[in-house]
Amino acid sequence: MQFFSREHMKNIFTKPTNYVDTNKGEKYYKSLYEKMRKRLDELKAMKPVREHDIKFEKALDMWELSRRDFLKWVSATTALLMLPPTFEPLVAEAAEVMNRIPIIWINIQDCDGNSEALLRSSAPTVDELILDYLSVEYHETLMAAAGDQAEKCLEDAVRDFKGKYLLFVEGSIPVGMPEAFTIGRHPETGVERVQRLAKDAAAVIAVGSCATFGGIPAAYPNPTGAVGVMDVVKGKPIVNIPACPHNPANSVGVIMHYILTGELPELDSLLRPKFAFGYRIHDNCERRAHFDAGEYVEEWGDEGAKNNFCLYKMGCKGPFTFNNCSIIRYNDGTNWPIGVGRGCIGCAEPDFWDKYATERPLANSDIHPPGLWGVEATVDKVGLGILTATAIGIGIHAVASAVAGKKEETK
Amino acid sequence: MSKTKERIVIDPITRIEGHLRIEVIIDENNRIVDAYSSATMWRGIEIILKGRDARDCGLMAMRICGVCTGTHYQRSIEAVEHALGITIPKNARLVRNLIQGSLYVHDHLVHFYHLHALDWVDVISALKADPYKAAKVAERYSENPWENSPNKYKAVQERLKRFAKGGRLGPFANAYWGNKSYKFTPEQNLVALTHYLDALEVQRWMAQMMAVWGGKNPHPQSLVVGGVTCVKDLKDPSRHALFKELLEKSRDFVNRAYLPDILMAADAYKDDALNGVGSGLGNYLAYGGFRLDDNPMYKGKTLFPSGVVLNKDLSRVIPFDQEKVAEDVTHSWYKYEGTDKPLHPFEGQTNPDYTGFDKDGLLKVEEKYSWIKAPIYDDTRVEVGPLARMIVGYASGDERIKSYVNKALKAAGLPAKALFSTVGRTAARAIETQLMADMMMEWSDELASNCAQGDLSTWTEFDYEELTKGKELKGYGLEEAPRGALGHWVRIVDGKVANYQAVVPSTWNAGPRDYKGRMGAYESAIVSNTVVADKNQPVEILRTVHSFDPCIACAVHIIDTKGKELGVYKVDPVGGFCNV
Repeated sequence: MQFFSREHMKNIFTKPTNYVDTNKGEKYYKSLYEKMRKRLDELKAMKPVREHDIKFEKALDMWELSRRDFLKWVSATTALLMLPPTFEPLVAEAAEVMNRIPIIWINIQDCDGNSEALLRSSAPTVDELILDYLSVEYHETLMAAAGDQAEKCLEDAVRDFKGKYLLFVEGSIPVGMPEAFTIGRHPETGVERVQRLAKDAAAVIAVGSCATFGGIPAAYPNPTGAVGVMDVVKGKPIVNIPACPHNPANSVGVIMHYILTGELPELDSLLRPKFAFGYRIHDNCERRAHFDAGEYVEEWGDEGAKNNFCLYKMGCKGPFTFNNCSIIRYNDGTNWPIGVGRGCIGCAEPDFWDKYATERPLANSDIHPPGLWGVEATVDKVGLGILTATAIGIGIHAVASAVAGKKEETK
Repeated sequence: MSKTKERIVIDPITRIEGHLRIEVIIDENNRIVDAYSSATMWRGIEIILKGRDARDCGLMAMRICGVCTGTHYQRSIEAVEHALGITIPKNARLVRNLIQGSLYVHDHLVHFYHLHALDWVDVISALKADPYKAAKVAERYSENPWENSPNKYKAVQERLKRFAKGGRLGPFANAYWGNKSYKFTPEQNLVALTHYLDALEVQRWMAQMMAVWGGKNPHPQSLVVGGVTCVKDLKDPSRHALFKELLEKSRDFVNRAYLPDILMAADAYKDDALNGVGSGLGNYLAYGGFRLDDNPMYKGKTLFPSGVVLNKDLSRVIPFDQEKVAEDVTHSWYKYEGTDKPLHPFEGQTNPDYTGFDKDGLLKVEEKYSWIKAPIYDDTRVEVGPLARMIVGYASGDERIKSYVNKALKAAGLPAKALFSTVGRTAARAIETQLMADMMMEWSDELASNCAQGDLSTWTEFDYEELTKGKELKGYGLEEAPRGALGHWVRIVDGKVANYQAVVPSTWNAGPRDYKGRMGAYESAIVSNTVVADKNQPVEILRTVHSFDPCIACAVHIIDTKGKELGVYKVDPVGGFCNV
């Protein structure tokens, strides 16, 4: 069995969709604004799920949240969605009609890490508001009901919100061994559950690396035949929000986008929202200057580590990983893996457990993605101080593609 | 089964990690006479670890669980360090204690308020409360209750009213509200519910604490074989200060809300505690943990002593010996090849043998009925967890643990025997949270002063190739996870993992019957002196099962498709081109 092909690797690294167009021009934003305006008016005319309207100012008072905290959250979310600041009033309004969109969240082969991450949601200080105002109809980790009563919550929501709810899936789905997951008084397998609930959903949102690309259960030799949602659900809009665990800012972002437009955000070839996965970690890394200067940590805890040098030689996969964690970080911006001196393990990429999650750089493993021989070679030269600072300033992707291109030519 | 007996099925058990099914038998008086615990999900992480570089196991083994996140990471790293004979530097030990300590306070708080409280607190009843009286009630359990004001309670009530009026209760829908088994007054319910909401904010501070030294939460990333990587943060005094500030705020909530709410529960549910409702096996095991000095592993002092207490006998502690740990699969969906006896983790095998449910969709309780194995210690079934830690510590005569336990018992006005109950299990967790928050203050200061004195060593140098080349090494990482005794056993051949087994808290507690037909800890606790008030709303079962803080993803991590030796698979996960 060939585990993954070079062709597959090539696709991941060379898809042009991985790059984001952050300024789409005045005309584009003008029509988008109008579209969102219309959508919000429609939503406002809809009945809220819980049959009461949010008096936002009142809610803020009640929870002793300041308008300022809320506005901070609004501007952060607007930026996250790559919208210009002129969209902030719309985002604020969208928060008030969030309860028009019911949410069903199910867990299959999971570790609960994504639910836990959701609990830590770092949308600044208003997240209890979001927990409250999102209409979460089913979530095994949080809901009060159990057993038959819990299953009834699910059936009620599916019946009442047919075609309207967003289905969040956490965990992979064992298709090679369906009995590895059953649930309910009349045991239903994971495949059956995901397919049944996806049928009546408006869209399916796979959160975390397991639900998107299979994650840890799908690591070699994938004993249960675990796959992601997109492998078992067909004919429905699907968004993948990978990473282990996913960053809750990104799932909140997807919901906000859906509320604002009635559509899913623009996706890359792996169905990841571009607003979150259009960034290469390396390009926004706080240690990037040390990479450019050829300064590396060579051993855990060495002088390089004490000086926050680049972690590339300790196995950091930031140059090959697309995610916005170098920008938004984790836990209210407290830290992130590279901040803590441990390289990126590429958790937002498919098959990362088998490709990336080691302490060694790619050059020291047997994986050589097309085009990346160049990066490896360049790094070693940089480490030796051969390249000049000006040349390195071009940035790794430029260097990488140039070298890669040359390699292709010589083939 | 006699005609007057009935079977109750609860699937899914919600507000836990993972997938658990409980079936109980009740007699004509609604007394629970039998119980079966079944895990209905597994993934196979140990087989996935086989063949990999042992240094890479930690990050993957951590994904056994996203709740007790980081604790598997640490055990896995320690098992490898134990195999290689590495002792980590002081800073690394303290950072690990602080990461793990943050996990304790976070996990226990989230468990009590968000996963367990709704078994004690009737949300709907809080609607009838008088907010002024509620403020008075809170004063009964704390000298300085957390943000105690009638206005605050009123606001929560308003929010709840809007919820209830809306007709859909969202996460609060379809629970067992109004059940006679709920014993809080409306005011007590309102106080606890208010803290439930506040704790949503507080738990974020606790997660931030972990992120300061761990990079993120869940799933921190700063541990490596030989030490830790967070040198940059250790150099920065403002990071030490941030950690301490978050810890102080969190500890404040623990002391002024969490502990008082537990005292309130112990008060309202006093009879349950004294009658031993949910007491269970009465045998307790702790692997011990949280290293207090820089001696090599298992040779120094630990915060939690290791040991075994049998038959609730606090006068005797049996020393713990890891060789006496074994797992049985008579009633689990696995079969052993070449033996039908329980196996020690170094020899462990896990060959799936799924036999499914019976034709009515019920567990085949006479045969196999769970994806969890049945762990056995020295041919005895035991319970692990905060209660086991407090009991083993108490019986060992540990002064620190005794003082925290005695203080809480005195405040509750309850004798030590009240600990042997569902209430006691829940209280032990809160007592331990208080102890942990205090210890973390000390570790935090110790770390800051050690770094300020110029010691920035974070990693013990070793040559992996040299140490492992041509050798077979064995090691184990044994510690106390928030939910109880957690062990990872690893065998390394020529630098690659040859066998990997974990025996984890929820395996100990949630396991099914063993080869002698003896119950596991959940099963035994459910049948301990429990009558359900309403068989259609078995909140009593939830209360007892939740008191263990079930974590099923942890418990069902294993699969070895054929029990094969290493070498049968041509595994080169790092290389990426794997052929079978």
